[in-house]
Amino acid sequence: MTVKTPIYLDYSATTPVDQRVADKMIPYLTEFFGNPASRSHSFGWTAEKAVENAREQVAALVNADPKEIVWTSGATESNNLAIKGAAHFYAGSKGKHIITVATEHKAVIDPVRELERQGFEATFLEPEPNGLVDLEKFKAALRPDTVLASVMFVNNEIGVIQDIEAIGNLCRANGTIFHVDAAQATGKVDIDLEKLPVDLMSFSAHKTYGPKGIGALYVRRKPRVRLEAQMHGGGHERGFRSGTLPTHQIVGMGEAFAIAKAEMALENARIKRLRDKLWAGLSEIEEVYLNGDLERRVPHNLNVSFNFVEGESLIMAVKDIAVSSGSACTSASLEPSYVLRALGRSDELAHSSIRFSIGRTTTEEEIDYTIALLKAKIGKLRELSPLWEMYQDGIDLNSVQWAAH
Amino acid sequence: MAYSDKVLDHYENPRNVGSFNKDEKNVGTGMVGAPACGDVMKLQIKVGDNGVIEDAKFKTYGCGSAIASSSLVTEWLKGKSLDEAMTIKNSDIAEELALPPVKIHCSVLAEDAIKAAIADLRQKQGQNGEADACTAACKE
Repeated sequence: MTVKTPIYLDYSATTPVDQRVADKMIPYLTEFFGNPASRSHSFGWTAEKAVENAREQVAALVNADPKEIVWTSGATESNNLAIKGAAHFYAGSKGKHIITVATEHKAVIDPVRELERQGFEATFLEPEPNGLVDLEKFKAALRPDTVLASVMFVNNEIGVIQDIEAIGNLCRANGTIFHVDAAQATGKVDIDLEKLPVDLMSFSAHKTYGPKGIGALYVRRKPRVRLEAQMHGGGHERGFRSGTLPTHQIVGMGEAFAIAKAEMALENARIKRLRDKLWAGLSEIEEVYLNGDLERRVPHNLNVSFNFVEGESLIMAVKDIAVSSGSACTSASLEPSYVLRALGRSDELAHSSIRFSIGRTTTEEEIDYTIALLKAKIGKLRELSPLWEMYQDGIDLNSVQWAAH
Repeated sequence: MAYSDKVLDHYENPRNVGSFNKDEKNVGTGMVGAPACGDVMKLQIKVGDNGVIEDAKFKTYGCGSAIASSSLVTEWLKGKSLDEAMTIKNSDIAEELALPPVKIHCSVLAEDAIKAAIADLRQKQGQNGEADACTAACKE
């Protein structure tokens, strides 16, 4: 079996730009270079036409009106614009309380923290051990002055899909603006914004085979949602977001989302089969734990903890595959994934976790290679592990008096 | 993190992995560290009638530098008297493996493991254990 290493299994971090997308983008760098805001000549008109076409393509994937799509530089900017923009606009009329979830991306957590510094009050809900938000707990957290709630569609680390419709209905009933970070959801989950009770939704191109540096924010028109702009200038994007539009990036995002719409059903079925095969293989190893719910989960994600193996040595052992680790051992202070900790995982299990994310170009041979590699390397590291030895001798590691250091 | 060639060599080909029966009278066992800190080292020495370390084995749960530090000391310990073994310093280990500053605690842990193993042996053989392990800091 020959496979080319390293094998890329980190599609939740980013994806390659699909060749068909790149081909569409290139003419807008050189030939059709006009500024879409130029109204007085054909260079501008050509660029504007491309931008509006892409807007329709993005809107079509999520069943929205193209007029509800605002271009941004990516999901981080979309989250900032949505959260700070809505909180500031509605604080005076509704109140200054915000609800979000402890397992959100930092691009949601941090804007909320910034609002706390500005005098807002925030509730960071703890998810259930399977990663999902409990609806009763969410309902209980809502207050008359809850101006905004922000819940991600799909978690970036563990891939679980939240019940956006139910959470949105609770927000509606409470008069609370509801924002959803959908960066990890496009092309993986069917999104119908005509039906979903969502006011604001963030998108990113590069998680869905488009280019980096471009994203969008959905801003509902009926009922109309208003925002305070965060970027001031020439009044582009109906004043929501000033700055010259990057035509080639926008064309790329539009094409990437059009491909996702056309191919996601078939592609997800193929990817899910590979993911299930990977889990079937890895779960043959003793003492492995799946992080996050398996059923309410995107098809391409697998997040697994390997007990009795230390995280950093695990990453060294699997250098033939490009994956993400739940352990950020970049400095002396070991910091396990805050997402896995929020699920109640111990530090050890959070450290020794790997996120595998499968994508458009992953092959069955690569999955076979990965299973064999993990089986061999976990076996080798456990042979080295005094904890594994103690576990096999039937010693309860929690009963051991460790020499505190 | 960039590892030195020596760390990588010990990580890829660890020397003297395994365990002795810890109940044997001529075996000293030192276990230091804690799982929550990300490092646990078990070091064992086997001493001959002449008081010289005949063999050493280790098992380590930890990063590549922790594995390499403990693998290296098992090589160094063989053929040394207990008093000679007591003179092995963490700085010698760190220097040999070219450990970066954030990994110095791995060499400290290895030195502690040596001292703990010797203390265990001396206690078994009716001498006073004098070493106090557990001095390395989890969060330096």
